[in-house]
Amino acid sequence: MTVFVIRRLLQSLVVLAATAAIVFVGVYAIGDPAEMLIAPDATPAERAQVEASLGLDRPLPAQFLTFVVNALHGDLGRSFVFNQPSISLILGRLPATLELAFVAIVIALALGIPLGLLAGLKPRSATDEAIMTGSILGFSLPNFWQGMMLIMIFSVWLGWLPSTGRGTTGTIFGVETSLATWDGLRHLILPAVNLALFKLALVIRLTRTGVRETMPLDFVKFARAKGLTERRIVLVHVLKTIMVPLVTVIGMEIGSLIAFGVVTETIFAWPGIGKLLIDSIMRLDRPVVVAYLLVVVSLFIVLNFTVDVLYSILDPRIRVGRGA
Amino acid sequence: MTTLDAAPRAVAPAESDSPLARAAAGLARSPKAVVAAIVCALLLLTALVGPALAPQNPYDLNVLDIMDAKLPPGSESMAGQTFWLGTDGQGRDMLSAMIYGLRTSLFVGVFAGVVALMVGSALGLTAAFLGGRFDTIVMRLVDLMLGFPTLLVALILLALLGQGVGKVIFALVLVQWAMFARAVRGAALVEKNKDYIEAATMLGLSRPRILFGHLLPNCLSPLIVIGTLQVANAIAAEATLSFLGIGLPITQPSLGLLIANGFQVLLSGQYWISVYPGLLLLTLVFSINIVGDRLREVLNPRLAER
Amino acid sequence: MVAVLQVEGLQTWFGTKDAPVRAVDGVSFSVARGEILGLVGESGSGKSITGFSILGLVDPPGRVVGGRVLFQGQELVGAPPETLRRIRGKKIAMIFQDPMMTLNPVLSIETQMVEAVLAHDDTPRAEARARARDALGLVGIPSPEERLGAYPHQFSGGMRQRVAIAIALLHKPDLIIADEPTTALDVTIQSQILFEVRRLADAFGMALVWISHDLGVVASLADRVAVMYAGRIVESGGVDDILDRPAHPYTRGLLDALPATARRGERLRPIPGMAPAPTARPSGCAFRTRCFAAGPDCAAAEPEPTRAGERQWRCFHPLAEAAA
Repeated sequence: MTVFVIRRLLQSLVVLAATAAIVFVGVYAIGDPAEMLIAPDATPAERAQVEASLGLDRPLPAQFLTFVVNALHGDLGRSFVFNQPSISLILGRLPATLELAFVAIVIALALGIPLGLLAGLKPRSATDEAIMTGSILGFSLPNFWQGMMLIMIFSVWLGWLPSTGRGTTGTIFGVETSLATWDGLRHLILPAVNLALFKLALVIRLTRTGVRETMPLDFVKFARAKGLTERRIVLVHVLKTIMVPLVTVIGMEIGSLIAFGVVTETIFAWPGIGKLLIDSIMRLDRPVVVAYLLVVVSLFIVLNFTVDVLYSILDPRIRVGRGA
Repeated sequence: MTTLDAAPRAVAPAESDSPLARAAAGLARSPKAVVAAIVCALLLLTALVGPALAPQNPYDLNVLDIMDAKLPPGSESMAGQTFWLGTDGQGRDMLSAMIYGLRTSLFVGVFAGVVALMVGSALGLTAAFLGGRFDTIVMRLVDLMLGFPTLLVALILLALLGQGVGKVIFALVLVQWAMFARAVRGAALVEKNKDYIEAATMLGLSRPRILFGHLLPNCLSPLIVIGTLQVANAIAAEATLSFLGIGLPITQPSLGLLIANGFQVLLSGQYWISVYPGLLLLTLVFSINIVGDRLREVLNPRLAER
Repeated sequence: MVAVLQVEGLQTWFGTKDAPVRAVDGVSFSVARGEILGLVGESGSGKSITGFSILGLVDPPGRVVGGRVLFQGQELVGAPPETLRRIRGKKIAMIFQDPMMTLNPVLSIETQMVEAVLAHDDTPRAEARARARDALGLVGIPSPEERLGAYPHQFSGGMRQRVAIAIALLHKPDLIIADEPTTALDVTIQSQILFEVRRLADAFGMALVWISHDLGVVASLADRVAVMYAGRIVESGGVDDILDRPAHPYTRGLLDALPATARRGERLRPIPGMAPAPTARPSGCAFRTRCFAAGPDCAAAEPEPTRAGERQWRCFHPLAEAAA
């Protein structure tokens, strides 16, 4: 187990280093770094001072080293717009984004697994056809348009739910969250549903495929021959088996949830890092874009790592095989 | 029972059992897929003959009248023309704008999909055939690309590059080639070890000839499936990027940009400016996905999800 | 002797209504208490499907379309699912062919054994666990207490089959259906398992249906033998009668193909050709195309069963030695 963990950690560090290098090349080496890193309205004196402090006259590898050293100290530059360290801006907005992603994944799993089971247990039935066509529809709905339609129906026409903002937050176990207040929950519902729908479609398909691949296996037949109830066979034998691929994919997909959060946060004016990213791109606030990238990549790496460890817990064959 | 028809086949499977023929036959058996395919074809046709079909040229400033702005569907213009789907903030006929938007969306999606397919399959095929270091490098790149959400990569890329049709297509190709490369490499590795490739090698055929003349035709099944689904993805991704304001410029509005324009006035009740282009976009992507999903069932039931 | 199991005219078909594939086509046999019946045939003869049909475990599109299965006088064909479930594992247990596939890889042996106990008996968990441990000891698994917590992949094929047998024994069933349980194992392990099964069947007075393609294995184990060909039983009778004086040319062919029965220096005589697919069976007697004794009459009609005491065969040209 330890060997496995250490090996994965090393791999993660390599990915992070590679990303840092790509971001560096992207932002510093392509085009004029000064133009990207200095506010467009800076005076020539300010410009000269920043250029000197960035050491732009030095060779590229030396610049990269400075970039890395600064990054390791948590210094990813200052936002021109907010005049704050960009990293603290990102970290300040991160909880709102994570909350949204978390609630979305819970919705996707809570609805997707039962629907996928229903479809997979009765393949080619009318129920299956309806669920699967629905899931293709879920894949096809343009996420931003779907969000607008949710606002139009539930906020404008029905007036049930607020359309924008995060609402009041409270604290649960010391974590500030919208889940703690009624107002917060009301604000959370539409964006979370909007973010969840795409993943819901994915969870349905994964579960259905898993069920269809597992049901004909010998061990399911043997479980029947033991006299187990169909309920136990599906909920224990089949579900536990398909949990392995499901957890893997869902873990990877949390990353894309954060990415799609950009769209949802923009539409619902949700104060997370996605909205910050779009705002920063529009305002040419590049240090924030850089900080966003590095934080999100680190997040991905942590997620992938967690998934791998979870995977090895769920699948005993891997646990023992690699831990020996 | 399968043992009966397992007699060794000397000819390449593609010659006796073309994936295209199987795809067409498989599509025809599903009424849902047939309807979706017809819708796709109609939309494609509409896009092709678009300017002849549209009631007005929505980007000819001479025919626009600001007095016609934000008219609800079915209204008549000052000049007596009926706007079946209403008008936008500039007094543009929504139906015409949508037909032009469809053209742009389809062009970008199909073009990006086709280029990604060519780049990806060329790399995947070469990687499978050459193996060794080239294979390792390509597959590491593929892993890296697939490790990040495509939308995010395209977003950042466009933030660095700026707007433009060519740039959007470039960004889409960059995030999509990896899927093709992985699928083709997988299929090619299986095919590579079959007898007919060995026979071709022993006949002394050139490498490109073996690669593209013999190996590629037998990797067609996954390519057709992924190609279809990726065109749908590309159209959706372009719309999303344009909606976020970093995709196509305002001079070449796609469906995504039309929807974005309607977003500002949605809350004040002028729903038609964003609802109708959205429905068209949904119909387009949905029907391509239905066709793609059916193709996957027919051509390769074991293909990875998505 | 009272029959524990009586199968009459069993028909199990696959395929569509318009083009049925008659995998099992009118099979009749019975097994008495404490008796071991060997059900022998080539792959595709329908012997495994017969076994699964008894417990209602045929996967769709397969279905039992005719005949009766009487277990201790109770009709199992068309019985409600809950009735069948209560019999499976409790009164009739089953052992499968491939021990690598019958146990669920993501559940521990303990889970899979305890659930089998609890499916039928309302006992405390600790007691169920103790029964599981005892059953493991009974089938010769060393240190059962520790092995209980292990996962299937930590056992060898032979050990897994022992676990499967232990599961079958948990409720001391009246009948065990064993579907080629030793085919996937090494010869040495095979004989150990055979010995173990024989011992346990005697100890508990269980009836046993032993499905095998290997007449040699059946010869060393069974009291009576039924030979299947193309979905039908072509010959049945006491093991000595069948082995010494076969009536059906097919049985003769199976015996001649056995290395153990051939005399030294004599050539093995394989049966020419392959068993016909269920979709392409010859008219009349299905075996006639491969039969050395076939005449023109064999193509005209299917032979009806001929009875002689305890024996029975379906052949127009039975071998002379049997008639004696």
